[in-house]
Parts: sequence; C-alpha cells; structure tokens
Amino acid sequence: MLSRLVFIPASALKSSGSMGAGLVQASRCLHISPQNQAPVPPLPEKSGKVRHGIIPEEFFQFLYPKTGVTGPYVLGTGLLLYLLSKEIYVVNHETVAAASVGAVLIYAVKKFGPGIATFADKLNDEKAAKVQEVKDTAVNSLTQAIEAEKKEQWRVEGRQMLFDAKRNNVAMILETNYRERLHMVTNEVKKRLEYQVQLQNLHHRMEQEYMVDWVEKNVVKSITPQQEKESIAKCIADLKALAKTTQAKVSL
Amino acid sequence: MADRPVPLSDKKLMDVKLGELPTWATTGDFTPNGIISAVRRGHDRFFNKYINVKKGGIGGVAMLLTGYVILSYVWEYDHIKHDRWRKYH
Repeated sequence: MLSRLVFIPASALKSSGSMGAGLVQASRCLHISPQNQAPVPPLPEKSGKVRHGIIPEEFFQFLYPKTGVTGPYVLGTGLLLYLLSKEIYVVNHETVAAASVGAVLIYAVKKFGPGIATFADKLNDEKAAKVQEVKDTAVNSLTQAIEAEKKEQWRVEGRQMLFDAKRNNVAMILETNYRERLHMVTNEVKKRLEYQVQLQNLHHRMEQEYMVDWVEKNVVKSITPQQEKESIAKCIADLKALAKTTQAKVSL
Repeated sequence: MADRPVPLSDKKLMDVKLGELPTWATTGDFTPNGIISAVRRGHDRFFNKYINVKKGGIGGVAMLLTGYVILSYVWEYDHIKHDRWRKYH
C-alpha cells in the first residue's frame, strides 16, 4: 500500500527530473554527461511476487527442483522447531505481544487492503489523466499552429498579385500628378505671355492716343485767331457761291 | 559446458562454487566508495522490484518490517537470553 504512495513522489520526481533537464538545456547546460533522449521506460505493472507477504517467490522457485512444492514449508517448520527447541527464539511476554500485533495487522490488511488499493489506483489514474489531457491539448494546439502556418505560407504566394495591383496604383497616381503639373505649367506660361501681349497692346494704344491728342492740340494751337477769321470768311464766301449755284440749278 | 574462464570477482553469487566461497567473499570492493555503491545497488534492486511499480502490494513494506524485526531480535539476543525457560538444551 505504501508502495502506491511512494510511487507518486517518485513519478513526480522522475517526470520533473526529465522536464527539468529539458527546460534547463535551453538556458544553461548543467549536465556534463551526454543526454539520453530515449523516452523513459514505463514502470512495471506489478511488483515482484511475494508469498505470505514476507517471503519472495524466488525462494520457492529456488527450492522447487530439489524439494518440490512442500520443500520450503518443511524447511520453515524444521527451522522453527530448531529455534524453539534450542531456545534461540525465546518465548516470553514479547511473543504474546508480537502475536496479537501480528493478528491485528493481518486482519487489517486482509480486510482493508483491496479498498485502499483501488482508492490509490484511482488517485493515480486521475493524475495520469490530467497529465495526458495537458499533453493532448498541447499536441492539438501545436497541430493547429502548424495548419495556421501552412495557411500563412499559402497566403504569401498571393501577395505577388497584391504587389502588382499596388504598383499599378502608384503608376497611375504618378501619371495623373505629372499631367496635372503639365497643365499647370502650360496655364501659367500662357497667362504670362498674354500679360505681355496685353501690355504691349496697352502701350501701343496709349502711344497712339497720346500722339493723336498731341497732334490735335498742336493743330488747334496753330490755328491763330486771324487765320480763323479768314477761314470762316472763306467758308461763308464758298457757301454763298455754292448756294448761288444750287439755286441756279434748282431754278433750272 | 566449458565456458571461457571468468575471473572470480566477476561471478555472481549463484555461480560461485561452494569451495570458492571464502575467496569470493574477499574479492569484493571494500573501499568506502565500493561499500556505498554496493549499498546503493542493493537498494535500487529492492526498490525497483517491489516499491517503484504501478500496483505494488504489501510485500515490499512487509519484507522491510520483517527484516527489521529479525535484526532487532538478533541485536537484543544477549538481553533476551535471560528469559530462557531451561538452562540446558
């Protein structure tokens, strides 16, 4: 029974030992001997067979070829009689105590042994199931990670198309930008040239007007009052003559 | 069956002939390291056979307790001698 309780820390120690080695190896190698990566062999299912609780079965097998099945029992009886008769084993108060304690122990083992055994086995099975669950979830998550990784790799192949589309976009943007700037440049240049043209026209016109004005002014200035009177008199004389001729024409 | 001659110290106890037993007993490694390693080996053999198993029984512990009882009787024999019922056997 105690063996089952002992099994628990031993297995925990074993598992943690191997895990500890695995964990430590990542950061700092403490072990000097080469690591044995083989999986730990599983524990044996049953202990060595023991007859009557205290005598290993191998003893009976050892004596079987020479003495048969009853050999060890005869040996035991003879030994017991010898010890008693020679009083190598002395019967005293301790014998009574040992007998009663032995009886109680044997009764307890026979009665409660199987129950405790199943209980301990149940504990062990629960522990093993928990650890197995952890391992299963780990394996599952890792396989899922592998699937996701493969999907990502497939996606990367599609990225080439994405790059082509982006390249086209960028090329188009560059083209439009270039054309906008071309338009702007032509517009600006045209405006400047037109301005120059307008300026020249303005100059031309102003010079013309100024000159006309100046000529008129000078002409008007040159007409002296006397010349004016003479020209007016001449005009009147001409008009009179014209009137006479037209009158003559009309009357004709 | 004539096997190759094996040195006496390498033979196991069951293979040693009765006449060679005393010489065989002296070929052991009695340095402190040797004694400790022998105790270690014995402990490992017992432990791995009877205790470090999945479904152990009462045998492992019971054998240890019985051995303790017998050993303590042997150590106390000089004291128990005085409880004998007869003087001459």
